[in-house]
Amino acid sequence: DFINRSQDELLTLFSVFHVIHITIHLTWCFCSSWWGGVQMGPPDPILGVSEAYKRDTNPKKMNLGVGAYRDDQGKPFVLSCVRKAEAVITAKQMDKEYLAIGGLGEFTKSCAQLALGNDNEVLKSGRNITVQTISGTGSLRIGANFLSRFHGPRDVYLPKPSWGNHTPIFRDAGMQLKAYRYYDPSTCGFDFKGALDDISKIPEQSVIMLHACAHNPTGVDPRPEQWKEISDIVKKRNLLVFFDMAYQGFASGDIDRDAWAVRYFIEQGHNILLSQSFAKNMGLYGERVGGFTVVCNDAEEAKRVESQLKILIRPIYSNPPMNGARIAATILNTPDLRSLWLEEVHGMANRIIKMREELVAGLKKEGSTHNWQHVTDQIGMFCFTGLKPEQVERLTKEFSVYMTKDGRISMAGVTSGNVGYLANGIHAVTK
Amino acid sequence: IATMSVFCEVPQAAPVAVFKLSQDFNNDQFPKKVNLGVGAYRTDECQPWVLPVVKKVEKIIVHDDRLNHEYLPILGLPEFRSSASKIALGDDSPAIQENRVGAVQCLGGTGALKMGAEFLRRFYNGNNNTKTPVYVSAPTWENHNAVFANAGFEDIRSYKYWDAEKRGLDFAGFLGDLESCPEHSIFVLHACAHNPTGTDPTHEQWKQIAETMMKRNLFVFFDSAYQGFASGSLDKDAWAVRYFVSMDFEMLCAQSFSKNFGLYNERVGNLTVVARDADNLKRILSQMEMIVRTTWSNPPSQGARIVAITLNSPELFTDWKDNVKTMADRVLLMRAQLKAKLQALGTPGTWDHITEQIGMFSFTGLNPKQVEYMVKERHVYLMTSGRINMCGLTTKNIDYVAESIHEAVTKVQ
Repeated sequence: DFINRSQDELLTLFSVFHVIHITIHLTWCFCSSWWGGVQMGPPDPILGVSEAYKRDTNPKKMNLGVGAYRDDQGKPFVLSCVRKAEAVITAKQMDKEYLAIGGLGEFTKSCAQLALGNDNEVLKSGRNITVQTISGTGSLRIGANFLSRFHGPRDVYLPKPSWGNHTPIFRDAGMQLKAYRYYDPSTCGFDFKGALDDISKIPEQSVIMLHACAHNPTGVDPRPEQWKEISDIVKKRNLLVFFDMAYQGFASGDIDRDAWAVRYFIEQGHNILLSQSFAKNMGLYGERVGGFTVVCNDAEEAKRVESQLKILIRPIYSNPPMNGARIAATILNTPDLRSLWLEEVHGMANRIIKMREELVAGLKKEGSTHNWQHVTDQIGMFCFTGLKPEQVERLTKEFSVYMTKDGRISMAGVTSGNVGYLANGIHAVTK
Repeated sequence: IATMSVFCEVPQAAPVAVFKLSQDFNNDQFPKKVNLGVGAYRTDECQPWVLPVVKKVEKIIVHDDRLNHEYLPILGLPEFRSSASKIALGDDSPAIQENRVGAVQCLGGTGALKMGAEFLRRFYNGNNNTKTPVYVSAPTWENHNAVFANAGFEDIRSYKYWDAEKRGLDFAGFLGDLESCPEHSIFVLHACAHNPTGTDPTHEQWKQIAETMMKRNLFVFFDSAYQGFASGSLDKDAWAVRYFVSMDFEMLCAQSFSKNFGLYNERVGNLTVVARDADNLKRILSQMEMIVRTTWSNPPSQGARIVAITLNSPELFTDWKDNVKTMADRVLLMRAQLKAKLQALGTPGTWDHITEQIGMFSFTGLNPKQVEYMVKERHVYLMTSGRINMCGLTTKNIDYVAESIHEAVTKVQ
């Protein structure tokens, strides 16, 4: 009797285990995911720098990875002209109706004028189409998509090195990336001969990307005479020019000076593509304000191109965000706000230039015997120090100075309060 | 400098229909003209309406000196993403509590659909889904097709949805397509207030749809552009989405705050991701970042801030729900009145569908010839499909519109 009962219990136990086993199996199948095969994406190298910086407890730490302007207290800077423009806009109590696909008219008009100069023949003849875009990235993306759809040759030539995001943007749009020599690590300057040599060999009709000013990441820009030669060879090779201008005004402090190359090329007959960003020069980073321009043969062609740009934009985000464009347009089109803006841009550029000078002076004072002239020769937010990866690592580990492995520092992170410390650190790892 | 242009072969593209309609309306000088085209809310004075809560919050933002214009993270404003997902899924959503819900802040509903489409094309069923069928309803929002096609999907099909004869949902047809489509197909479902028909499945029908989709391993991609705007209740309008979540689907939900917050031009959207577990979610979001980075780098901050501040403050949240109900109620009133007037006029046909349909749009049943009559002879602008935006109706123009429909139906066959 006892044995029978045990057998029954055993059978019950067995059945229960069996049921549990089936349930677990079914649950596992049911719980398997569509996304099991999705790999973890690689961490963003620049974000990684900021994150490591955040974790560091050293009170003297410096974040020189950040690509956003900081004031002399190391704080984000909201321009006065922006605050004033915002007040004007709020008072107007405007509606929030959808913008046109191509964006806010007052913005795109003044955006093009800013780049090309008010009196530019291109604007007068209406042979440009300028659309509002999601800052510089969005502009490049629309441009890349447009090229992919309407331009035969697939190759886009970037300077070596270029902004890290250029490559994936064009690649995602179906273009192929190639490079031309640009930065000379032995001089920390422009490899003019190498650039001309490479450009002279680029197959006709290929797209060549040029940084209009304040090259990112090196800070190395061609001089006007060099731009002239580049223009000549580009013309000879019949290349399609795509200018990326993310720092107009921010480089030298003068908006016309910074747009010189763009305007020169147009004068020389290049029908260029142009991406503009207002992230840095108006401090409108998170509002995503940008423009994409195609300079066409005539107004009729511009209309056709415009219609196709709209077809490209609509399935991505329908129409662009209002806020930043409204601020930018208000500033550009209100005389005293525009003057104030020019002053503030000048101020930001000047602070950067001053920090470059103080860094070099500081290094001299520390007793460094290296040639640091490139620090003041280079222009814009970034400086390619020439530091090697091991030196960068030491600078980070021993001095809590955070920067990217390629030796690039954002001058925006340097202040009069910490430039001495930075000089000290750089000297320590390079002596 | 008349050199050969690289772009001399670029053809003129056709204008986007709904915007062309508005353009034509704007150019029309007829004093009694009515715009029943583009989908934006209008007050009874036929004016755009900035929600009072939005005005309040914008003042808060402009006076807060601590706020700046720095870049948002790639995936967007964290407080926005989480509160937006909560709106769709419910505060007490088990999926949220299980840490398997994430989100990507996007440029409006379009941007959210775009991100979801790009992700699915790369990762859904293997790593090249260009041939995976994507099903959109017949009819659907005119941009759905382009969003998925541009994301690389080559096989976009339609599932039966609108029954023109009975002026309602072709449920048998819909189910039939779910039963017979290729396994693993992606289905774009309208969470509520179907655009353009205004016709939604009942709860019972949604249950059957869910059962079939689960059985056939179909992917659920919800488009939620009208939550709160359809019935006036956020929870009611989210019923279908929440039901699918409770049925354990891994899914995407593209949310738009254009209509329910009236933030059209600030481009506020959210792609809610419901994953199997936290680990899957983490990997999904890391890949979303890569896609975002090459499209717009990071999203615009203004609109997301407005929504986040509103949703995260009990007082402002209540204000918002009131504002949403105001809009939904006015639409319901216009529906009731239009139907009543058509019935009073003795306009041939049945007009029950006007009050049975829900949300901003109504598929009137007018044929293209009748639509042409409305536009040309009566200066009442609506889409060729017969779709009208109820928000374009006001107590002042509703008689004129009803008479116009009456004329179109009786004079034109």
